[in-house]
Amino acid sequence: MMHWLSMGGYWPYLWPSYLLTLLVVVLNIYFARRSLREARAEVRRRLQMQQRSDA
Amino acid sequence: MLVRRDLRLALRRPGEWLQPLVFFLVVTTLFPLATNPELSRLRDMAPAALWVAALLSSLLALELLFREDGQDGTLEQLAVSGLPLSWLLLAKTCVHWLLTGLPLVLVAPLAATALGAPYASIPSVLAVLLLGSVALSLIGAVGAGLTLGLRRGGVLLALLVLPLAVPVLIFGARATALAIALEPMAAPMYLLAAIAVLSATLAPLAAAAAVRISLE
Amino acid sequence: MNWVWFHKLGSPPHFYRLAGKMLPWFAWPAALLCVGGLYGGLVLAPADYQQGDGFRILYVHAPAAWLSVMIYSAMAVYAAVGLIWRINVAHALAASCAAIGASFTFVALVTGSLWGRPMWGTYWEWDPRLTSELVLLFLYLGYMGLRSAIDDTARADRASAVLAIVGAVNVPIIHYSVTWWNSLHQAPSVMKFGKPTMPASMLVPLLMMLLGFTLYFAAIMLVRARGEVLRRERAAHWIAAAAEET
Repeated sequence: MMHWLSMGGYWPYLWPSYLLTLLVVVLNIYFARRSLREARAEVRRRLQMQQRSDA
Repeated sequence: MLVRRDLRLALRRPGEWLQPLVFFLVVTTLFPLATNPELSRLRDMAPAALWVAALLSSLLALELLFREDGQDGTLEQLAVSGLPLSWLLLAKTCVHWLLTGLPLVLVAPLAATALGAPYASIPSVLAVLLLGSVALSLIGAVGAGLTLGLRRGGVLLALLVLPLAVPVLIFGARATALAIALEPMAAPMYLLAAIAVLSATLAPLAAAAAVRISLE
Repeated sequence: MNWVWFHKLGSPPHFYRLAGKMLPWFAWPAALLCVGGLYGGLVLAPADYQQGDGFRILYVHAPAAWLSVMIYSAMAVYAAVGLIWRINVAHALAASCAAIGASFTFVALVTGSLWGRPMWGTYWEWDPRLTSELVLLFLYLGYMGLRSAIDDTARADRASAVLAIVGAVNVPIIHYSVTWWNSLHQAPSVMKFGKPTMPASMLVPLLMMLLGFTLYFAAIMLVRARGEVLRRERAAHWIAAAAEET
C-alpha cells in the first residue's frame, strides 16, 4: 500500500495534482448548484415584487 | 470625408496624441535603466524592449480611438448612416494609426539605436514595426469596440487585446531580432504580413459588430 | 433535417425541463467512467518505461487540457449560434461554459507544471503547450471580465459572443505562433511519451477519463445553464413554477 502511495518516488507531484483536480471538480459542482439556487431565488424575489406592484 | 474630419479634430488637441509616443520612449528608456546599459547586452534585449513598449503604448493609444465619437454620438450616426460600418471603422482605424502608430514607427529608429541596434538594421526594424503596429491597431479596434463606454474599460481593454496580440508579438520580435543581428528575416516577416492582412480584412467586421452591440 | 427539434431546444421552458431530465444521464456515467479510469490508471496500468509512475499525472492533466480547449470551442459555437440566430438559450449555454473552462485550464497548467518538475527539473519551462494554455487562460479571464463589466445581460451576451468568436479564430494562430517560437529556442518538450506505442492498459483508462470528464462538463454546464436561462426570462409564466423547485 505504501509502495503504491509513494508512486515510485513521484508522489509529491502526483498526489497534489490529483487532489487539485478533485478539488476543482467538487468546487465546480458546488458553484454550479449554487448558481442555479441563486437564480431561482432571484426569480422568486422578482415575481414577488411584481405581484406587490400589481396589487 | 470621415478621414479629413477625424484628422482635423485630432490636430486640435495634439497633446493627447503625442502621449502614447512619449510613453513609448519612456518605456524603452526604462529597459537600460533596469539592467546593464552596456550596448552589446542591450542589443540582445532590444527586440523585446521595443515590442513591449510598442504594445503597451498602442494599448494606451486605443483609448483615443472611439472614446470621443462614442460620447458625442458620432459613432451612432455612423452606425445608422447606411454605409457599411466596417469600412467606416477601417477608415477611423487608419487615421488613428497615422496619428499614433506611424509616429511610433518613425521614432523607433531612435529608440532602437539607443538600445544598440546597428545602423544597417534600421530600415528592416522600421518595416517590421510598420507591419506590426498596423496589425496592433486593427486588433485593438475590436477590443476598443467591445469595451466602449465601460467604466475602467482601459484595464479590461488591455486584458482582452494582449492575448490576441501574442502572435504579432512573437513574429514581430523575432523578425526584429533577426534584423538587428543583420540576418535574413523573411520567414517571420511573411507570417507577420499574413497576420496584418488577416487583421485588415477581419478586424473591421468584428469591430463593427462590437460597436453596434455597445451602442444599443 | 428536423428543425422542429432545434427550435424546441431554443425555447427556454423546454430547455429548462430537458436539461433537468438529461442531467442524471450525464452525471452518473461521468462518475462511473472517472472512477473506473482512475482505478485503471492508478492501479492497473504498468509503470512507464521512461517516466516510471510519474506518467500517471497524465490521467488528470490530459482531461483537464482537453476540457480547457474543448470548452472554449463549445463556448464559441454557442456564442455564435446565440449571436447569429438570436437565441437566448445559446447565450445562456455560452455563459455556463466560462467558469468551468477557466478552472480546468488552471488545473491543466498546474498539473502540467507538476508533471514537468521531475522531468525537466523546473516547475516552468515555457514549453509550447503550457504557454498556449496560459494564453488560453487569459482569453477565458478576458471573456469573464468583459461579461462582468457589462451590466445589461443582453449586451453582455452579445459583446462576449463577439469576443469568444474572435478568440476562437485566434486560438489556432496563437498556438501556431507559440509552437513556432518554441521551436526556435529548442526548449525541452516532454509531453509526448510513447504515443505510437501506448499499450491498451494505459490507453483505455485515459480514454475513460477523457470521456468521463466530458460528460461531467456537460452535466455541470446543464446545471448552470438552467439558472442562466431563468435569469434571462423576464415576464414568463413558466419561471414561477421553476423557481418553486428546491
